[in-house]
Amino acid sequence: MSDLLTSDRLPGLIQAGYIVAAICFIAALAGLSKHETAKRGNIAGMVGMGIALLATFALAARNAELGDGRALGVTLAIILVAMAVGAVIGAWRARTVEMTGMPELIAMLHSFVGLAAVLVGFNSYLEHGPGHGSLGTIHDVEVYLGVFIGAVTFTGSIVANLKLSAKMKSAPLTLPGRHLLNLAVLLVSAGLAVWFVADESLLDGGDLGTGIVPLVAMTVLALFLGFHLVAAIGGGDMPVVVSMLNSYSGWAAAAAGFMLGNDLLIVTGALVGSSGAILSYIMCKAMNRSFVSVIAGGFGQEAPVSDDTDYGEHREITAADAADLLAHAGSVVITPGYGMAVAQAQYPVADLTAKLRARGVTVRFGIHPVAGRLPGHMNVLLAEAKVPYDIVLEMDEINGDLPETDVVLVIGANDTVNPAAAEDPTSPIAGMPVLEVWNAREVIVFKRSMATGYAGVQNPLFFRDNTSMLFGDAKAKVEEIIHDLPE
Amino acid sequence: MLIGVPRESKAGESLVAATAKTAAQLVGLGYEVVVESGAGAGADQADEAYAGAGARIGDAAEVWAADVVVKVNAPTVEEVGRLRRGATVVAMMAPARSPELVERLAGQGVTALAMDAVPRISRAQSMDVLSSMANVAGYRAVVEAAHEFGRMFTGQVTAAGKIAPARVFVVGAGVAGLAAIGAASAMGAVVRAFDVRPEVAEQVESMGAQFVEVDYEAEVSADGYAKEMTAEQQAATAAMYDEEARAADIVITTALIPGRPAPALITAETVAGMRNGSVIVDMAAANGGNCAGTVADERVVTDNGVTILGYTDLAGRLAAQTSQLYGTNVVNLLKLLTPAKDGQLTLDLDDVVQRGITVVKDGESMWPPPPVQVSATPQQAPAAPAEPAAPKPPPDPRRRLFAAGLAAVLFALAAAYSPAEFLNHFTVFALAVFVGYYVISNVAHALHTPLMAETNAISGIILVGGILQVGSDDPLVTALAAVAVLVASINIFGGFLVTLRMLQMFQKG
Repeated sequence: MSDLLTSDRLPGLIQAGYIVAAICFIAALAGLSKHETAKRGNIAGMVGMGIALLATFALAARNAELGDGRALGVTLAIILVAMAVGAVIGAWRARTVEMTGMPELIAMLHSFVGLAAVLVGFNSYLEHGPGHGSLGTIHDVEVYLGVFIGAVTFTGSIVANLKLSAKMKSAPLTLPGRHLLNLAVLLVSAGLAVWFVADESLLDGGDLGTGIVPLVAMTVLALFLGFHLVAAIGGGDMPVVVSMLNSYSGWAAAAAGFMLGNDLLIVTGALVGSSGAILSYIMCKAMNRSFVSVIAGGFGQEAPVSDDTDYGEHREITAADAADLLAHAGSVVITPGYGMAVAQAQYPVADLTAKLRARGVTVRFGIHPVAGRLPGHMNVLLAEAKVPYDIVLEMDEINGDLPETDVVLVIGANDTVNPAAAEDPTSPIAGMPVLEVWNAREVIVFKRSMATGYAGVQNPLFFRDNTSMLFGDAKAKVEEIIHDLPE
Repeated sequence: MLIGVPRESKAGESLVAATAKTAAQLVGLGYEVVVESGAGAGADQADEAYAGAGARIGDAAEVWAADVVVKVNAPTVEEVGRLRRGATVVAMMAPARSPELVERLAGQGVTALAMDAVPRISRAQSMDVLSSMANVAGYRAVVEAAHEFGRMFTGQVTAAGKIAPARVFVVGAGVAGLAAIGAASAMGAVVRAFDVRPEVAEQVESMGAQFVEVDYEAEVSADGYAKEMTAEQQAATAAMYDEEARAADIVITTALIPGRPAPALITAETVAGMRNGSVIVDMAAANGGNCAGTVADERVVTDNGVTILGYTDLAGRLAAQTSQLYGTNVVNLLKLLTPAKDGQLTLDLDDVVQRGITVVKDGESMWPPPPVQVSATPQQAPAAPAEPAAPKPPPDPRRRLFAAGLAAVLFALAAAYSPAEFLNHFTVFALAVFVGYYVISNVAHALHTPLMAETNAISGIILVGGILQVGSDDPLVTALAAVAVLVASINIFGGFLVTLRMLQMFQKG
């Protein structure tokens, strides 16, 4: 055993394991691009992770065997205990989380990556001390960047988690001069970086020099920056924020890879980082917003526009009439939004879908890219309620069919079905691609009241003459409709 | 307040202004409702049905003494005289064409609301009786035509030979025209339609007909009604009418110009050129007709065997349906006039809809109302456009080239002074970013959430760093590393398991 651990062949084997793991991760992400291959992709990811961990155990054991640091037994025991605790917590969270609470969980997981990156960065510095020569300088920069990105990810994700779980107000926090504040934090951090890199003093006896001071100071600043950046972003932009933090957590892992000289970490971090960046870009495009404007935050603060435009009167409909309308429709499209998740209406909606389909009504779902608080959130909720995924279509797929649709049910969506985005160039959401539900013959909007949506924009859809409002809790109303469906 | 629903006095009228269903809705608005005995007989509404809906059955005297009298046709001289001073009467009055009626109503000291004067704006559509009636009439026109026509509408291939589908030509794509198109194509006919407003072509096609094009520039209508055409337009159009009508088995004309006689579109010569057995339904008969030879309320058969129907009561021939729609229009109007739902009628003359229908207010003539711009038609002048965004000048290609060059030089410098080990890692990094970019670009939107959970799990790979640091001599490093291992493990196990859970939920129907 110890022969193998100390042999010269082992590093090659470990490297091979890392390469296989990296390929598995790429296969995992590629597999997740289609429903048919998604499960296979997830398994590839698990296999890759297993191989990577085995290889790393072997490497840790080899280091211990070669007399570098603590004894092998103790090291392995600590690792296994820490992993076991983490595994229990992770499995418990994964098993118990509500699908509506998925955004919070994902944000929390991001914060863990950020925290781990900070810790690994500090350790890397504490173990090796400040670097010397150009390789040392590069290592210093890597440590510094890794800790910085990790810290921003950490607090940013915590704030995102709090906002998504409504433990913190979702309205954007707008401190005066917040852009200057962010800029100042960045500049001071850059200044501290120069100090940190330039400090090569190592005191006698292996104690660290003053380099730890700029590192800690920067960490505190970065933690504040992460908090402030996300606190300034409103709740409706959370899909972008979550995918952006996803990206940051990837870059943090990549930076850790650089400081440890570990290619697997670099590859994985880069994969995750670019994945999150693309998702953010897709979300921004879906909202017709520039990435910078989302990140800079504060959108929605000027929301309560005093708007005295006469939109006319809205028409109300009862659940019984809606049931009648649905029962005699040929085709129905349901466009859910975050409100459906809040009301937990996905189960009755799925039930209604099944009942209507049994009557021969064509029922499909139209999902706006930013519906919900997480990219793809609605799809997961509908899947949870056992709505077959082949009737859940994207905005671009369904928009062309809407003029031929008899009834559209808008459940808890507002801004994503607002005709002002397409027709009113002065609207704050002008140019945002929306579900053109108003082209359908009849539109029924489930809503708690006439209040505006996240963007604070009045929705002329509610006043169209082919629109009827069904006020009340979406879940209760859908259940009433199911009850009132004629036999 | 008391709403009275009288029996219509016009000869042969089968309509009634409230059905049992709409009477119940009126009661729901807080009104008391009294219906003249037998008022709904022509529309299949028995007295008992009204009583069951919460209305009272009364005699004519009681009904005409009500606070609000709701009827279909304009009140006659005698009926106006029966109205109480201060009462409100709601009916179709054609106020523009009947000044003497307006005068008489004013003299009686009542408030008169004309259902047929509802402005054609989106929010008033729920009370637009003209649309309701035109819709029914358009449908009935097709039924009448089918009744007269000696053959089937739908094309079939049978053992006894092939049946060609009927060819229907609809003139005017207003509500009546569109309803006729819908009914005719539902019966299987081949439908072609024309309207002087080219912007309705899309609506025509959506109903299943082919829009007939004529080459000329037409004006966009500003009030929702069609305009009469200029001379040269007429010449081009007349030729088209002739050609289309001759080719058709059924011609349905619906062309009306408000306040003017209906335009003559189908000439006697065209009718003479049509096939034996063809049917023309002239829905404009009440206003003089679109077709030469139309006689209002008559069925005329020409020498060459073409039947011309000039019925003006097409909507009334579906009395139950039309009464229901008319009644609902009335209910919607009263909803607007009874904002508190307390049975008290209040008239707000600042509202364009309410102003538009008010012909007489407390004995004072209010006709004609100020014009209303129809919101449904394209606006000629967009209301004060926002600061026109200057189009971004395309970036100077030289600048882009310069930036790329600068980046290349900087990168080359950085690379030249970097140690080989770093460059190796950097190569891996750059390649991985691109692999990630191309892999993720293909992910279906529906899978974004599982994808994020998955990337979360694999970014837990930072665990590797923690594991390698646990073995350090420094207890602080060991402790920090252990924490890192712990949180990263949460990520790995939580991420993979939650992804698995989500993916298991996705199922194909």
